[in-house]
Amino acid sequence: MHDIILKTEDVGVIYDGSIVALENVSLNVPTGRLTAILGPSGCGKTTLLKVIAGLIEPSTGTVKIRDKETIGPGPDRALVFQDFALLPWATVLQNVAFGLRAQGVSKREREKTSLHYIKEVGLSGFEDKYPHQLSGGMRQRTGLARALTVNSEILLMDEPFSAVDEQMRRKLQEDLLKLLKIENKTVIFVTHSIEEAVYLADQVVILSGRPGSISEIVYPEINRLGEIDLIRRQPRYIELVDEIWSSLKSYVE
Amino acid sequence: MSDPNNISQTPKHTAMNSVKFGAKSNILLWRLLSFLIVFLMWELAGRADISIAFPPFSKVAVAFVSMIFSGEFTTAYADSLPPLLIGLCITIIGGVIIGISIGLVRGAEWFIMPLLIIFQTAPVSALIPMLTYIYGISDTAKVVAIVILGMPLVALNSYKGIQATSPSLLEMSKSFRASWFDTILFVILPSAQKMIFAGLRLGVSGAFIGIVLAELLITPTGIGDLITYNRFIARYDKMFATIISILAVAGLTLGVMRMLEDSLFPSEKNE
Repeated sequence: MHDIILKTEDVGVIYDGSIVALENVSLNVPTGRLTAILGPSGCGKTTLLKVIAGLIEPSTGTVKIRDKETIGPGPDRALVFQDFALLPWATVLQNVAFGLRAQGVSKREREKTSLHYIKEVGLSGFEDKYPHQLSGGMRQRTGLARALTVNSEILLMDEPFSAVDEQMRRKLQEDLLKLLKIENKTVIFVTHSIEEAVYLADQVVILSGRPGSISEIVYPEINRLGEIDLIRRQPRYIELVDEIWSSLKSYVE
Repeated sequence: MSDPNNISQTPKHTAMNSVKFGAKSNILLWRLLSFLIVFLMWELAGRADISIAFPPFSKVAVAFVSMIFSGEFTTAYADSLPPLLIGLCITIIGGVIIGISIGLVRGAEWFIMPLLIIFQTAPVSALIPMLTYIYGISDTAKVVAIVILGMPLVALNSYKGIQATSPSLLEMSKSFRASWFDTILFVILPSAQKMIFAGLRLGVSGAFIGIVLAELLITPTGIGDLITYNRFIARYDKMFATIISILAVAGLTLGVMRMLEDSLFPSEKNE
């Protein structure tokens, strides 16, 4: 069993005093594993991720990292955004270096680190391009590199691949798995895609619709040692996708 | 890791640039042509003998050149430019500072906004004669007129620019724990830059309206006086030449600002 790096205890979020977005979410996130938060749209999965990121203060409950309560964003978590959130007037290099710049790292040092991660996400040669010159996939690679530079233990990803096309999404998913073999990170990512959750995650947390609360937790335990292409053909993979779909169906209808 | 989408990106962009470049030289031609057409129509209308107060363009052009050499423009602008420059400086610096601070500080918004909106929408020129009672016939009255007409435009646009900063970028900045100062410097100000400059251009136009109105209505000196005086002695060619000169100065100022903005912040970075 893995150590628990992060946990939420009875987290609830109420907007405007009456709209309940999340209710009683208690979740354990094991170290060095991928946790997917899955659910129909409007179920509060992004809200949950933002609570974990420290961007939204929960109305009830707490977020603990290594059993210490956290408030607000911290150096132990880095966020990858659904809409990429890149500065349109800054180059890839400047965007990737943003987190380090905010921490007051010297220009030389932050460029060195940024160039390393730009290479790691496959964007070498695009350091001086602006976001509008990049494809959707490349923009998200930039967002990923920016999150990696600050060297947080936990990587939070908010529907990271939903704004790119299907082919690019598959490529990005494969690349993420490869990258995580090099970088030892704990990942929490939000998705509305059952296939994506089962393909990538070690733990799939299924949220029910309004108000969002955990309805089920599934452990895919898919063998990812072999060829990446073979994962999607495993009977276990296909079974799980069906199983999760049948349990989600009731919330969608 | 590699990205198969990479290759198509670069050539596409250069192609777009060349289209833009071609369009740019065309724009200059169109602009010259539009001036020519206006001058030609003016010439024809002037010769049609509609009114003695409407001389043809050629007469005005001759008057314009003669006024440059006679020193009439020099004397008038020597009176008008100092208060104009002081007024412009206050308009620009004050407007940007006020606009940015009401954009950033919650309380300031409720405090200053109503006043700015009133100044922007009310017929402020009606207030200008009142300035005579407060400041007398002086350069101060001119400066105040300029600031009243120009500053609300600069402040409102700067404020709108700050407000329009993408919430997602602000959230990103917060998540990387950027300080308040860094967020303003690296996220909010660059994002508001276009709106701020648009406000500056509007404010400068407002400032020119302010100086002319002040000189027409309060203090009969400088350019305003030159207009009034020539109308009084029925030298309409000289009156129009003076009006054209102030339009040219305003146009040039705006052109220089545009160039300054383009060289400081190349538009490619802002798309």
